[in-house]
Amino acid sequence: MIEKLPDLVNADPAIVRWGRRMNETFMVEVGDAQYLLTVDNGRIEKVEKGPFVQRTWRFAIRAKKDAWEKFWQKTPAPGWHDLFGLLRRGDVAFEGDQRVLMAYLQYVKLVLAAPRKA
Amino acid sequence: MKLEQITGKYGEFDFQKKRFRLYFEEAGSGIPLLCLHTAGSDGRQYRAVLNDPEITRRYRVVAFDMPWHGKSSPPAGWQNDDYRLTTGMYTEMIMEFARAMKLERPVVMGCSIGGRIVLDLALKHARELRALVGLQSGAFVERYYDSSWLDHPEVHGGRACGAVAYGLMSPLSPENERWETVWHYMQGGPGVFTGDLHFYQVEGDIRGRIGEIDTSVCPLYLLTGEYDYSASPRDTEAVVARVKGAKFTVMKGLGHFPMSENPEAFLGYLRPVLAEIAAR
Repeated sequence: MIEKLPDLVNADPAIVRWGRRMNETFMVEVGDAQYLLTVDNGRIEKVEKGPFVQRTWRFAIRAKKDAWEKFWQKTPAPGWHDLFGLLRRGDVAFEGDQRVLMAYLQYVKLVLAAPRKA
Repeated sequence: MKLEQITGKYGEFDFQKKRFRLYFEEAGSGIPLLCLHTAGSDGRQYRAVLNDPEITRRYRVVAFDMPWHGKSSPPAGWQNDDYRLTTGMYTEMIMEFARAMKLERPVVMGCSIGGRIVLDLALKHARELRALVGLQSGAFVERYYDSSWLDHPEVHGGRACGAVAYGLMSPLSPENERWETVWHYMQGGPGVFTGDLHFYQVEGDIRGRIGEIDTSVCPLYLLTGEYDYSASPRDTEAVVARVKGAKFTVMKGLGHFPMSENPEAFLGYLRPVLAEIAAR
């Protein structure tokens, strides 16, 4: 699902605009699988799949595979519909530079929810 | 331009030895219904209630912007202090405003922080109030994220507050209404949402006292949207388990901002409650 994000996001200007001025690499973990997403002004320039050796990222969002699957339902159940909902239930961890995550929170939320439209 | 029935006014409001220029909106006539907005937002959230002919036929609906919020100004000297809402300040503000507006035994309806404070009003002012309606009421919310980022010079507060509010809504609510709710959050002043959350997540823990609420003196209605993970239906159930006579309804498909994120669905739940209160 993460590999589809460049197509889903870059084709949607209503998402890209929320990431304007964001030029960062962040990690998304789906169970044991790690991905690095590189953002160029709101466009997802590339997605790389781990494992990684000594790579730098700005922040990481880690959740189990079944949590992401519930999050990516077309109409998620209550509590599974938002990243902070997962945070409240203890089903996601935010690591790294929280300032950058909070500065681009709306963008990150829209990007990671984009698979719902697929 | 088609005019709505809502009118907005400003007034000088003296409270806690300070003077505030306060903004409020109202519509209708009859039983006073005082509406309390959520943390970091303003009275525009109640647009649909203020515009509903079925409600305003029997109710004088009043929604004020709390000081620091919406079009209400902070007091002179605000630049020297942090804004921090407390239970005492919030309760006094509501009761003083009702007195200043000559709202006789009003019904008070509040959402989120407003849903919390109605529980405090039930404890302290039951005899002065006709009924209480709590939307998204919980006795306490543990901190599950670091709200200090919402008031940080290196994070745009409007964007961050908007993004937090966005997630609390139901994916089933109409997109245009959800984004308008977000916009209200984006317009909040720096530190105001965080200052309200001080009451909600730190100071205003009412868990130890809710068992003392007597609904035979003042009826208590609780409506909670099922998609709210901040004040979830489970949190309201915990209140209902300890408050005898409280009437609780889960609002299907709604989130933390029922009155603004999906006005039509919310009115479907609110109208019968207000009809029941009017018939008492």
